Amino acid sequence: MKNVLYYKSKKVVVNTLIHLFLISVAITCLYPLLWMIISSLKTQDMIFKDVSLIPHQFRLENYSRAWQEGGFGRNFLNSIIYTVSVVFGIVIISSMAAYAFSRLRFIGSKWLFIMFMAAMMIPIPGSFVALYVLLNKLHLRNTPIGYILCMINVGLSTSIFLLKTFFDKMPKELEDAARIDGCSKLGIWWHVALPLAKPVLAVVIVFNALTVWNEYILALIIFDNRQYMPLQVALQTFQGEFVTNYPLLMAGLTITALPIIIVYLLMQKYIVKGVTQGAIVG
Amino acid sequence: MKIRQGLENYIFVLPAVTIFAVFYVIPFVWVFQLGLFEWDGISFTKTFVGLQNFKEILLQDRSWWQSMWNASYITLIALTFQNILAFMLAWACDREIKMKNFYRVIFFIPPVLSEVVVGMVWRFIINDIDGANIINHTLAGLGMPNLVHNWLSDPNTALTTVALVHCWKGFGWGFLIFLAGLQTIPRELYEAARVDGASAWQSFRKITIPLMIPIMILVAILTVLGTMQVFVLIVSLVGGEFAGHTSVPVLRILASMRGSSRFGYACAQGITFGIVLVAISFIQYRFSKKNQ
Repeated sequence: MKNVLYYKSKKVVVNTLIHLFLISVAITCLYPLLWMIISSLKTQDMIFKDVSLIPHQFRLENYSRAWQEGGFGRNFLNSIIYTVSVVFGIVIISSMAAYAFSRLRFIGSKWLFIMFMAAMMIPIPGSFVALYVLLNKLHLRNTPIGYILCMINVGLSTSIFLLKTFFDKMPKELEDAARIDGCSKLGIWWHVALPLAKPVLAVVIVFNALTVWNEYILALIIFDNRQYMPLQVALQTFQGEFVTNYPLLMAGLTITALPIIIVYLLMQKYIVKGVTQGAIVG
Repeated sequence: MKIRQGLENYIFVLPAVTIFAVFYVIPFVWVFQLGLFEWDGISFTKTFVGLQNFKEILLQDRSWWQSMWNASYITLIALTFQNILAFMLAWACDREIKMKNFYRVIFFIPPVLSEVVVGMVWRFIINDIDGANIINHTLAGLGMPNLVHNWLSDPNTALTTVALVHCWKGFGWGFLIFLAGLQTIPRELYEAARVDGASAWQSFRKITIPLMIPIMILVAILTVLGTMQVFVLIVSLVGGEFAGHTSVPVLRILASMRGSSRFGYACAQGITFGIVLVAISFIQYRFSKKNQ
């Protein structure tokens, strides 16, 4: 009897310690974000005096100022446009290729696939230098379309890998049935394969959306004009202009971070799946 | 008919292969080509210098090796502190415990944020020495007010601060992968060990650790590749190379390209760095093969 009590109380103590550990890390994760949001609601002269977590009054005008004076509205729209078009491009292009690598026979298919996989594993840290030169030659530098094409290329290999792995495991019967009904290859890809691949497509969409929204280096070297820049690069310029206006900067950061946090919270199931699957890739 | 069908199949891969050829293969080849030239990126003539650029990197460029050392330092902290923390958290979550999902969701918030946002928020917090910087408050409270200062503007602490913020942003990746790995270990193994009288520590050492080694190596490879190439975080956190104190290879490449307009040299630096990265992950990979 004493023994049972001993083990029970030991378990309670261990569990409490574990919770304390986990909660303290969780607080460390959230603290900077809370501080960011709270500071974005303060005024410039309050920001260093009022260190309480809840400000005395909420000033939403920082947001409208960042949006208009800071030109954030424009950059926000840019980020949305880039993210949507790149993700759309990747979904179409990589699913077509993955379907072909999985199901269709053609000369060189194996080698092409190996090439894509090799690209996924070999890091070329200086490639942005050559990319800059290339885009200059093609007259695509400082254009949205140049950036979009580069970013589609960035997500291509991993997306092809994820989708091909899925198609390889997919039963062939449905496609056979469609073929007998006279469906063309493109028709089968569009009407049969893509709808079945929805769970993987969700992973592909979420991950590429995160990548594009957060991308920095290519946007930095490709764009000269503020009007084309996505949020991440515009923030840097913004920081230069409003160097001491912290509430305004924090409002800008919140505008940049909030969409991604919301998307993450809604789609976190797919993100967990993607991380564990993507880990196997490496 | 057969040829037509064959061509039809190529239509599927054509868009992917075209984009890949133009935006991956061509830059890849050009990096190696340009590495042999001295070129300012604008003029029509490039001067062929052979392996001169590489010689300069290996023998004369001290700031390059400083940046390699800095990146290695950050990587070392990430490999130890960040990954051990991630593993402990995953181990703590791998049981019947309340709010498991809540922790998992929270721990992965830093990784989904951009490095620009993370860097700027932490910069604001750390620079605000008397306000938001709670660690300074704690230090003062513990009777060590002489340690209270702005860690980012002190050359001695800037790099470590960068490394710690990097760990803050990155541990969620390792956590998720470790947790997924731990969950694949059959519960029966632990049950059997307990029936045989093994203590918690013994079953941790004899069951958990050996089965997790492949995953640990995987996380280690991902950590090295990711951390060695860090630079956006440094730009937004410190503002740049801070006179070499926080310079990293990618920042050096960027400086060669945009600062001193030496495109060939920048490419040569990129190749040198790429070879180092491939070599490291190859060694780690071989190591994992040996262990299995």
